[in-house]
Amino acid sequence: MINKCEIEDLELVYEKPKTLTDTPMHYCPGCGHGVINKLIMEVIDELKIQDKTVGVAPVGCAVFEYRYMDIDMIEAPHGRASAVATGVKRVNPDKYVFSYQGDGDLAAIGTSETIHTVNRGENILMLFINNAIYGMTGGQMAPTTLIGQKTSTSPFGRSVKNNGFPLNITELISKLDGAFYVTRHSVHKPNSVRKLKKAIQKSFEYQKENKGTCFIEVISNCPAGWGMTPLKSNEWLEENLIPKYPLGDIKVPTKN
Amino acid sequence: MDKIHEIVFAGFGGQGILSMGKILAYAGLEEGYEVCWLPSYGPEMRGGTANCSVIISSRKILSPISTKYDCGILLNQPSMDKFESKIKSCGICIYEKAEIIKVTEREDINILGLSAFEEAQKMEVKQVANMIVLGALINNINIVKIESVLKALEDVLPARHHHLIPLNKKALLKGMELAEKEFIH
Amino acid sequence: MNMKYDNNVKLMKGNEALAEAAIRAEIDGYFGYPITPQSEILEYLSKNFNEEDGVVLQAESEIAAINMVYGAAGSGKRVMTSTSSPGMSLMLEGISYITAAQLPCLLVNVSRGGPGLGTIQPSQADYFQSTKGGGHGDYRLIVLAPNSVQEMADFVFDAIYLAEKYRNPALILSDGTLGQMMEKVRLPEKGSLPKSIPEWAAKGKIKNKERNIIYTSAVDPTVMENLNKELQNKYALLQQEVRYELSQIEDAEILIVAFGLSARICSKAQEMANDNGLSVGLLRPITLYPFPSDTIYKLAQKVQAILVVELSAGQMVEDVKLVVNGSCPVFFHGRMGGEVPTPDEIFFELKKITDKQAVKN
Repeated sequence: MINKCEIEDLELVYEKPKTLTDTPMHYCPGCGHGVINKLIMEVIDELKIQDKTVGVAPVGCAVFEYRYMDIDMIEAPHGRASAVATGVKRVNPDKYVFSYQGDGDLAAIGTSETIHTVNRGENILMLFINNAIYGMTGGQMAPTTLIGQKTSTSPFGRSVKNNGFPLNITELISKLDGAFYVTRHSVHKPNSVRKLKKAIQKSFEYQKENKGTCFIEVISNCPAGWGMTPLKSNEWLEENLIPKYPLGDIKVPTKN
Repeated sequence: MDKIHEIVFAGFGGQGILSMGKILAYAGLEEGYEVCWLPSYGPEMRGGTANCSVIISSRKILSPISTKYDCGILLNQPSMDKFESKIKSCGICIYEKAEIIKVTEREDINILGLSAFEEAQKMEVKQVANMIVLGALINNINIVKIESVLKALEDVLPARHHHLIPLNKKALLKGMELAEKEFIH
Repeated sequence: MNMKYDNNVKLMKGNEALAEAAIRAEIDGYFGYPITPQSEILEYLSKNFNEEDGVVLQAESEIAAINMVYGAAGSGKRVMTSTSSPGMSLMLEGISYITAAQLPCLLVNVSRGGPGLGTIQPSQADYFQSTKGGGHGDYRLIVLAPNSVQEMADFVFDAIYLAEKYRNPALILSDGTLGQMMEKVRLPEKGSLPKSIPEWAAKGKIKNKERNIIYTSAVDPTVMENLNKELQNKYALLQQEVRYELSQIEDAEILIVAFGLSARICSKAQEMANDNGLSVGLLRPITLYPFPSDTIYKLAQKVQAILVVELSAGQMVEDVKLVVNGSCPVFFHGRMGGEVPTPDEIFFELKKITDKQAVKN
């Protein structure tokens, strides 16, 4: 055990955000969710909006994220996080509201809610974690699964004939007038993590100014679902997912 | 003695069927009666047949749905065909002559044919035909006074149409006058 | 609850009276989707609800609407939705979540003939769906069944009061006729239902306090069973809120049990029967859940027979039979798909029962 006196002599170079609880995360080793959860909390800490923020958790791997985030949260039914967030925001316009959903949740069962929430320009932040697979239910095909990608429900690889094309929902919703800021990031490299944090920061600032919907897609990995080591999964992500889902801003606020 | 009147208004959408019933219901309210106005609703309102029933009662209205009516105001043929048999014996049937070829053959009810549409055209406002019919009705059943109907018009018509009340009054009076003359039985 | 009423008597449609009552009950939000025969509620609120008082939002579907209600109720606000039968089916998933999360809200079903797209005429065939839970899991709704335009308005206050008292959604189960017809109504006044932001609401973590999480899931089945026990205890407590109306039950030989619109029609048949020398009483359940089981059981010991009348193939009759438990014969008369029985039709049934019972005696 480390002696307290010894710690005092050390320089503090990093600490976890205060709004992140001490509960051990249930995410698989190497999964991107933990990093993204932490980034949101860092931003909430820095903006000092813990008492003004309500988060909406999805059904999927991030269902228990409210265990880690020390803020008031609501667990939504599958696909409905943006409708739940709409409800919270509409009767609490002075609060910061964000929804957090995976690809199956946001882009399959919740497509209607996603499109209409953005189309109304709900003044919330929608976080969309895309790892091209259903993680929680055990690795089934997602709307964003790539052509040829093997999952438990596309064991011979996703085929266009049977399953159609991977859905670029972020590009789709970026065309809607209610979308204010639409951007795509990843968490597979330190600098991409930094960029994502910046985007989250900006989104909360835009929300304060009632600008409309901010939508951040995060390309993430699923080492367990993809059957790869964490390192290999990051390589696979870079080689396969990013070409299909290119990183960067898709819709940025016009100056002035 | 309890006083209960059950009246059905039926015709084409656009003949002012629902508002005729509404005005009568408001007039009943004005005189302190219990009232119930029940429309046919939904897609059939849009261009097809429309009907509504009005119950005016001196005591609590039990069923809001009537099966037999004291009066039938029938302004087109399908309505005549559908409702003639539902008029109570000794009841009243008022119909529009311009629309109805085959009039009920019942001999146990009082039948009044009106040329309300023609009269309204003479007044150069065909929309008041329903007020002519309503005038004929209130002249024949002892429920509400014309003053109450005029007051009801203020409740039913939006304020921007209140300047039309004198014209509606004229139509009501015309209907009352026609009813004096044109009774069949 | 101390209800104060407006002195003015108005003539209003059931749907409009309900919407106006919602404004006077000081709701913070309404989320809904148009469907006949209840669209006047959304229309009325869109026109008459002040933006400063709250939000009226036309959602993209009933699914979205109920989840907006879930979010808004989770943040501690007084909110509602309304729909008609097919829309109710779509909302059931969300309603299951709302009951599991123990959130109060007002639900309204101005029901219509089914199954499927069905008709837009009145029906009571959503009785099972309303009183047995409807969605997945062991949950119940508080269910109030109005039978007049006056009650369409009054029950908004009663339902919100009960919903907030028990932290459970309360449903007003109405029908197309009650929604569309106009009757005299005296509206309750504002201020009858005091509001406070509840401690459990997810609306931003208060410093030095535990955060509030609105959730309905558990990894451990023991935890989930405990939540279920909590719900069941609540429903046991809820039984004290049972409400019903009795008419002419002294010396009644036949008891009619009917709710909502069918109770109105039955009261006419009851009058016809009693004028014709029969002895007919009427019990109208006002709360369908909790159900007036004790009273029905007691009356079943006294009467010769019970006639249940519903606008369905026979749903509440199952609950009546369960309660009566063979104490007396239970007959049923129903119409389906939007058709409505006439008082004559019910009178005829009463006569048939009287004849049968006479033969037996």
